[in-house]
Amino acid sequence: MKKISLCWLAVAFLLVPGLAIGAADFPKGPITYIIPFNPGGQSDVEARLQQPSLEKNLGTKIIVEYKPGAGGALAWTQFSKAKPDGYTVCGINIPHIILQPLSQKDAAFKTVDLKPLCIFESTPIGLAVKKGSKINTLKEFIDFAKANPGKITVGISGKLSGHHMASLQFEKKTGTKLTLVTFTGAAPQATALLGGHIEAIWGNSSDLVSYQNDMKVLAIGTEKRMDTLPDVPTFQELGMKFYPRIDRGVAVPKDTPADIAAKLEKAFLDTVNEKEYLAKITKAGFVAMGLNSREAMKYIAEETEEYTKLLVEHDLLLKK
Amino acid sequence: MDLLNHLVLGSQVLFTPINIFFCFIGVLMGTLVGVLPGLGPTAAIALLLPSTFHMTPVTAIIMLAGIYYGAMYGGSTTSILVNIPGEAASVITCLDGYQMALKGRAGPALGIAAFGSFIAGTLSIIGLMLVAPPLAKFALAFGPPEYFALMLLGMVVLIYLAAGSMLKALMIGVFGLLLSTIGMDSISGTQRLTFGILEFSDGVGLIPAIMGLFGVAEVIVNLEEGITRSVVTTRVRDLMPNLQDWKDSIWPILRGSVLGFFIGILPGPAPVISAFTSYAVEKKLSKYPERFGTGVIEGVAGPESANNSATGGAFIPLFTLGIPCNSVIAVLLGAFMIYGIQPGPMMIDKYPDLFWGTVMSMYLGNVMLLVLNLPLIGIWVQVLKVPYPILFPIILLFCLIGVFSLNYSSVEVALMIGFGIFGYLARKFQYEMAPLVLALVLGPMMESNVRLSLVISQGDPMIFVTHPISAGLMAVTFVLLVSPFIPWIGKRRKKLQEKVGGEEV
Repeated sequence: MKKISLCWLAVAFLLVPGLAIGAADFPKGPITYIIPFNPGGQSDVEARLQQPSLEKNLGTKIIVEYKPGAGGALAWTQFSKAKPDGYTVCGINIPHIILQPLSQKDAAFKTVDLKPLCIFESTPIGLAVKKGSKINTLKEFIDFAKANPGKITVGISGKLSGHHMASLQFEKKTGTKLTLVTFTGAAPQATALLGGHIEAIWGNSSDLVSYQNDMKVLAIGTEKRMDTLPDVPTFQELGMKFYPRIDRGVAVPKDTPADIAAKLEKAFLDTVNEKEYLAKITKAGFVAMGLNSREAMKYIAEETEEYTKLLVEHDLLLKK
Repeated sequence: MDLLNHLVLGSQVLFTPINIFFCFIGVLMGTLVGVLPGLGPTAAIALLLPSTFHMTPVTAIIMLAGIYYGAMYGGSTTSILVNIPGEAASVITCLDGYQMALKGRAGPALGIAAFGSFIAGTLSIIGLMLVAPPLAKFALAFGPPEYFALMLLGMVVLIYLAAGSMLKALMIGVFGLLLSTIGMDSISGTQRLTFGILEFSDGVGLIPAIMGLFGVAEVIVNLEEGITRSVVTTRVRDLMPNLQDWKDSIWPILRGSVLGFFIGILPGPAPVISAFTSYAVEKKLSKYPERFGTGVIEGVAGPESANNSATGGAFIPLFTLGIPCNSVIAVLLGAFMIYGIQPGPMMIDKYPDLFWGTVMSMYLGNVMLLVLNLPLIGIWVQVLKVPYPILFPIILLFCLIGVFSLNYSSVEVALMIGFGIFGYLARKFQYEMAPLVLALVLGPMMESNVRLSLVISQGDPMIFVTHPISAGLMAVTFVLLVSPFIPWIGKRRKKLQEKVGGEEV
């Protein structure tokens, strides 16, 4: 059965380039939705939730394909050079697509090579300590960090990631110094915190919702409190203009014809605004975004400027 | 009494036609992807995920879990028959399994792998049922220093794996460690030794390495010399393990089950590590360690039980903490979210039907696998009758398709061929490949954990001895390393060897 589906995939690959480009009869064949991460990750879950409704809206099969590697850079580098015919779309993550070209030599794509169709979801990042920790509030955390520079060990998932940037911004805003412990993913990071091996973590809202019985979330990077974490204050409430988060969307290569991109944009926006979809992702601990292509482009441009400044300050910008 | 109620609940969930049917589909698919080299349970589950959307979550999880433990049954088949591991966890089975097949004992090897898997699978489900919650805490006790100590012990195991020259085993192991430094440095984010090839930034792929070192290299070696294989027996009686086989295997099976279960709870590629560890333990405990690698049945029974038992252990952190400890479980966790189930510490209480239904399905699945696999042995043995000019091109084809299907990456295909040539040359000089594979598995974890430990302790190496678990593991490692130098242990060992030798003559 596995072999058969692989054959079909191969057939699909052969057929796709042969299809005529034109919006009127687009799409004429299956559309490949590339996930730059491992199966089972959040990007995959989102794509799987969108899949049935996307297939209905576009009237064609959606093939979800995984291309994990280099924190997404592998997929985005290849995708930026893909045929811009609308038959391949790719999940994008912010800040990943901004940070990688700015800081990694091998990430051979530019942020503007990926034209966003929409940004559908935002994952706020929060700061959490283990239940039973002597730190109870954000203020206590900051005070302790100030009194003991470098003493607090904070787990992040991945270097030059959303967590890493959040931590740098936090240190700058509060004048503290933390010791960063870089894990390869959210699971080992949470395990280390629950086992008492590190003091605190920067965590994605979804993970914090899962572990809320075992952790104390000190603050979260949303503007309003989250329904799924009603007792957790926002950084804003506590007097910090600080909104750390990871955003997810979907993109096509930048030279995709405008009418085809518009058709895909509409299909995606219709899908991610459906009640059932919104209910599911809200329950899992995410915040729905629903930015359209134009808004998403503007948003990415603003964020690029912000992150460039931050990287320059920490001497992390790639030297050409 | 509570447990009894739960079992009744689980059975009620399980014994509906639809759930039994999908349990069967799951274990069947699992056996298939296990047999086919390169195609692993992670890919299979991801591929089949969309087809489960219209099912209830329980049915879906029953089927997906079936693929996972079913794959561990199938993985040994190609290891034994053609020296190509179907799964990374079955690498070690090649050592003695293939030798058994060369001696015309493929049947008993396959048989003991199936029975061992069944016993271990069943024991690990009992473990999962009885001790899941307290054991979850055990997993949490493992932080970076504890992992480093465990990995270090794993590296010492390398030495015991050597059938031939210990020096050569060490050399190839260290070479594996060097290879494992390729890729993005997980602490600083710097690319190392990637030569601008993005595919290498996550390190050398384990699957291309295994398929190259075993599959491709095996084909090249056979092209050159051609194997002499004992005539395959077709008498059914000889297809099954005999009484002596059972006597030799029962303890390795039980030890492998316990070992695999505990290692399974820990994050990481548990089935692989548990299989290697079990092999090393059996060799260490054996009265005739020198015969390991020449086709002793313990070398198949122990590891194959351990990798199966590890799958049961791996479910514990998932159900009790919501933490996925390997890639297959991560896909399952993703599936929970799609079905709208919030994973986490409360899952067993909130969704008792899901947990107990899945546990009960694993009993049934294991029985199905045994019933499915025993008759297959007769068929698999027939594979050995296929003439080499036909068999080898097919093997090569499966290797190529298998590796390409992982990430659709031609770089990985090239990597596999490179490893194949290396494996062929290494074999000519009598180097073993198992230490290289183990080093590739352990290397990255060992490096990142030693560095994380030192970050946590602010550079103080005492962290490895002040943490009790890590100190204990370090002590075991130390004793293993110095034991050959302590005269009285050495003498006793020699005496023992002489005694055993004397009995045999």
